[in-house]
Amino acid sequence: MPYTVPHLTDFSTEALDSAVRELLSALEQESAAVGSENDWKAFRDRWIARKNGIFTQLNELWLKPAPGPNKRDVGRRVNELKPQIEQAVNATYARLVSGALFKGRSVGRARVPDSAQDSAVPCRDESERLDITLPGIRRPLGAEHPVIKTMNEMIGVFRNLGYSVEEGPEIETDFYNFEALNFPPNHPARDTQDTLFIAGQESKPTRDRLLLRTHTSPVQIRTMQKMKPPVRVVCPGKVHRNDALDATHSPIFHQIEGLAVDTNITFCDLKGTLDHAMKAMFGSSVKTRFYPSFFPFTEPSADVQISCIFCDGKGARDGAPCRNCKASGWIELLGCGMVDPNVYGFVDYDPAKVSGFAFGMGVERIAILKHGVDDIQLFFQGDVRFLEQFL
Amino acid sequence: MKLSLGWIGDFVDLPELSNLGAIDKIVERLTMAGLAVESFSVDLAENGDVDLEQTALDFDITTNRPDAMNHYGVAREVSALYDLPLKPIAPKLPPAEGKSAVTIDIQEPELCARFTAREIRGVTIGPSLPNIASRLRLLDQRPISNAVDATNYVLWESGKPTHVFDLDLLEGGRLVIRKAVGGETLKTLDGVERKLSTDDLVVADAQKPVGLAGVMGGFDTMITERTKNVLIESAWFDPATVRRTSKRHGLHTDASHRFERGADFESTVISTNRVAELILASCTAFGGGTLIGDVIDVIARKLDLAPVELDLREVHRVLGEKLGALEINRVLTRLGFTVLPGGEDTYLVHIPSWRLDVEREIDIIEELARLHGYDKFANTLPAYSGEVRDLPDAHKDARLRSSLLALGYNEAISLTFISKEDAKRFSTAPEIDLANPLNEEASVMRTSMVPSMLNMLAYNLNRGSDNVRLFEAGNVFEASTADARSPERALEMKRISLGATGSATGSADVDVVRGLSPGAAARPFSFFDLKGDVESLLSSFSHWTLYYDAHTADYYHPGRSARAVLDGATVAQFGQIHAEVAAARKLRRDVFVGEIYLDRLYKHDLLHARYETLPRFPAVERDFSFTFDDGVEFEKIHQSVSKLAIAELRSFVPVEIFRDEKVGAGRYSILLRSKLQSSERTLRDDEVAQWAEQIVKALEGLGGGQRT
Repeated sequence: MPYTVPHLTDFSTEALDSAVRELLSALEQESAAVGSENDWKAFRDRWIARKNGIFTQLNELWLKPAPGPNKRDVGRRVNELKPQIEQAVNATYARLVSGALFKGRSVGRARVPDSAQDSAVPCRDESERLDITLPGIRRPLGAEHPVIKTMNEMIGVFRNLGYSVEEGPEIETDFYNFEALNFPPNHPARDTQDTLFIAGQESKPTRDRLLLRTHTSPVQIRTMQKMKPPVRVVCPGKVHRNDALDATHSPIFHQIEGLAVDTNITFCDLKGTLDHAMKAMFGSSVKTRFYPSFFPFTEPSADVQISCIFCDGKGARDGAPCRNCKASGWIELLGCGMVDPNVYGFVDYDPAKVSGFAFGMGVERIAILKHGVDDIQLFFQGDVRFLEQFL
Repeated sequence: MKLSLGWIGDFVDLPELSNLGAIDKIVERLTMAGLAVESFSVDLAENGDVDLEQTALDFDITTNRPDAMNHYGVAREVSALYDLPLKPIAPKLPPAEGKSAVTIDIQEPELCARFTAREIRGVTIGPSLPNIASRLRLLDQRPISNAVDATNYVLWESGKPTHVFDLDLLEGGRLVIRKAVGGETLKTLDGVERKLSTDDLVVADAQKPVGLAGVMGGFDTMITERTKNVLIESAWFDPATVRRTSKRHGLHTDASHRFERGADFESTVISTNRVAELILASCTAFGGGTLIGDVIDVIARKLDLAPVELDLREVHRVLGEKLGALEINRVLTRLGFTVLPGGEDTYLVHIPSWRLDVEREIDIIEELARLHGYDKFANTLPAYSGEVRDLPDAHKDARLRSSLLALGYNEAISLTFISKEDAKRFSTAPEIDLANPLNEEASVMRTSMVPSMLNMLAYNLNRGSDNVRLFEAGNVFEASTADARSPERALEMKRISLGATGSATGSADVDVVRGLSPGAAARPFSFFDLKGDVESLLSSFSHWTLYYDAHTADYYHPGRSARAVLDGATVAQFGQIHAEVAAARKLRRDVFVGEIYLDRLYKHDLLHARYETLPRFPAVERDFSFTFDDGVEFEKIHQSVSKLAIAELRSFVPVEIFRDEKVGAGRYSILLRSKLQSSERTLRDDEVAQWAEQIVKALEGLGGGQRT
């Protein structure tokens, strides 16, 4: 016959003493009977559950019916019972836990919690044990696009060298994309640009006709038009070419253009700057190699190669020719040169007083190198299986 | 472009090249001097040495160097690089007989500065000599006949395009260089009958055009087996004119490639004579061929390249290192320049007729740097004292991007073009057409980022990726004028597009684990997930007012989309895509997209964090349980309470919403929670009660019924 809280009618000291004794004895017996964590939970809930636990019932069955003069005495006794009950609940748990901890050893007596911290020990039994080797619940992060990430890294390298960032429109005029960059109208050099043109431009003078910029070099011109030397800018952005999308071609890609114009800029500075930038991007052991090339807006012009980052410039890896550099030990990465004096004519700089260099590189090409991507289309399909690899 | 190493060796005594290593070296040296060798193929002779005659180097010569697109040009570079003498091309011709009756009439001196011709009679047309044919074959040129091969050989030897006519088929025995007359046609060597434009420069006989000047000869006057008498010609044509004609007729030939880059004005006679020498040599076997008269050389105007002053200080200023006067002299002289002393530290440099790319001092400086070797220049870093600026919106871009990444959206990039149909469907802006689009699906500049976002979502769903979160930042484009067919200017506006489908967590893996924990099962991505993300993004920007309403574009689900209005401007719209749009794109799942108009949003600054004292007095919560008609949106409830302007009301949020029979059809029940707090004092019961009463009144004013 389990203990139930009696509905008190007699509030004499003796009657109260007896009721308290009876309650405490029930508490002790029930505590002793607890043998498992489930038992203990039931025990705990029976005694101290907010709703209808034994302690809560004391309010209803003892305190409320107590007549005025006895209320104080009853209240004091109930208040004293509270810590006693709570301590019994905790002690029971401690006994269980220590029993488990010291299983196999002879244990003299159960450890009794003696501080508030002990009483806060979370209550768990074996059935609540988790397989903590299951994967955690993750809130997936979005992945940076490898091209934008590479672009930001490259901007960072040049920013540290004192370069500001500039942008320009993707739909340009012939003037900015070609003429001011020393591509005269009808010049064969324009053929190499595979330009996409905007429709309905025939009635305009050639220089005002709209097209999709084929390089970020127009931003050079726009920058020099709006500011005087010294100029140091990098111009990242999207460019377009009339190339159908396949594994190695894309009608859109990204470029970073750089420009430095000042009273003291030399070809040696161009070399030193790019050599430093390549080392910052690909590691300090990377070597650079410059050789002559042709761009209408630079003179002298150069192409830059870096020593192959896959075979350390040896041209071979694991006894086989390196595929990444076609066994040459070098990878072509960017074009550059000293700004052609003709260009200064379009922006009102005095070529006798200032000199400068410009460079341009394809971001996709560098991202492909850095991450070993073998198909440029992957950059533009939004395939999460691809993108999530760059988390 | 393939060139033979043996042929180059005709003009310069190449360094020892008996083995592959030596070939590698010269290839590298040429490449580092700007004559890029892409690859090469070698044959070994019987003694095991490299057979130079059978060694072809594949060059990629930049467009500014037509002078180097031939064997003699490369030999000249070798001579400068290795400081070796260059042997001249000196045709040896037998004495000529009589006088040629052929006359040349240049009617367009601007477009044809010089025209040279030579007559040979009694030739026998047959196969070329074996050494000529084999050299052409090595360059992948098909030998045709001795006369034609002679011109081809000269083209590859010295870079000068020439032509041979069957003299007997030239009416009137004369050549006229003129513009084509309206309605004229010419059947070119490739057998195509071409309608000529009055802008085409032609070589004509007395009656008809017999060649497109600088591009291709005529079919009817070409060399055949029956040809007995030939006329060789070599000329200088205007590069732009040749280029226009070549483009107009879609005819890119070895000749036009060279003429449009600039031909050597001075080499017309020597190339004519060289062709004559080769033809005569090929005929000796057949016993024929007589040179008739002198070379006919008509110069309509002189083409002089002005000498350039070279200042050693300028060389130093541009390159950063001093080059010695000896080296300068040696290199330039080997390349064919004439260097005369000028003033102190200056030279007067005369430019050879074949170097049309060299006009200015800087061009000569490039020659010096090129032959000195770029790699010999030091690497230095320049001093700098200017400013360093970010783009004006850099911080805003970075904030949105990092928030989107943290919210689980993957960064994507799509093509900038869309189809005309999509442009019309997803925007009312006048779109910009491409004149030469890649294909019809990519024929206009995107006016909206939504179609490509939908394409990317579909791409993923079609490949079994069901949980997708993407964003793309980029420009949309529209014509500045209403007449989009001829846009005056293009407007570019920055946007961000969002796309989401699948589970709310964005990952199937997460749901597996959640499934282990009761009550936390997978939940599909919903409108409110997207709205929450948009709210997070917008919360970075300072503003006075921000509300959401249902005025969205018609490609959105009318009941599950919203626009965000920040200080009166629409800064975003987002929601589930309209069922019809989804069906048209075969999207079989609920797909959500959003657009953020950065041009408008970026008019607002990023919130600048300003510290506020932490609350020292307790907050009081009061709940209100009401029923409303379905037409009363939360936004209305919120506004009506906001209007009370209770300064101590810190928040007013819905905690529970439900509909059931008790509430009745067309109505819903909502539990609203207010939080009241003062930063100055503990609130009194009576004032809280008074505010609660105001709130109840305001809610009742909306037709709300308080539940008890």
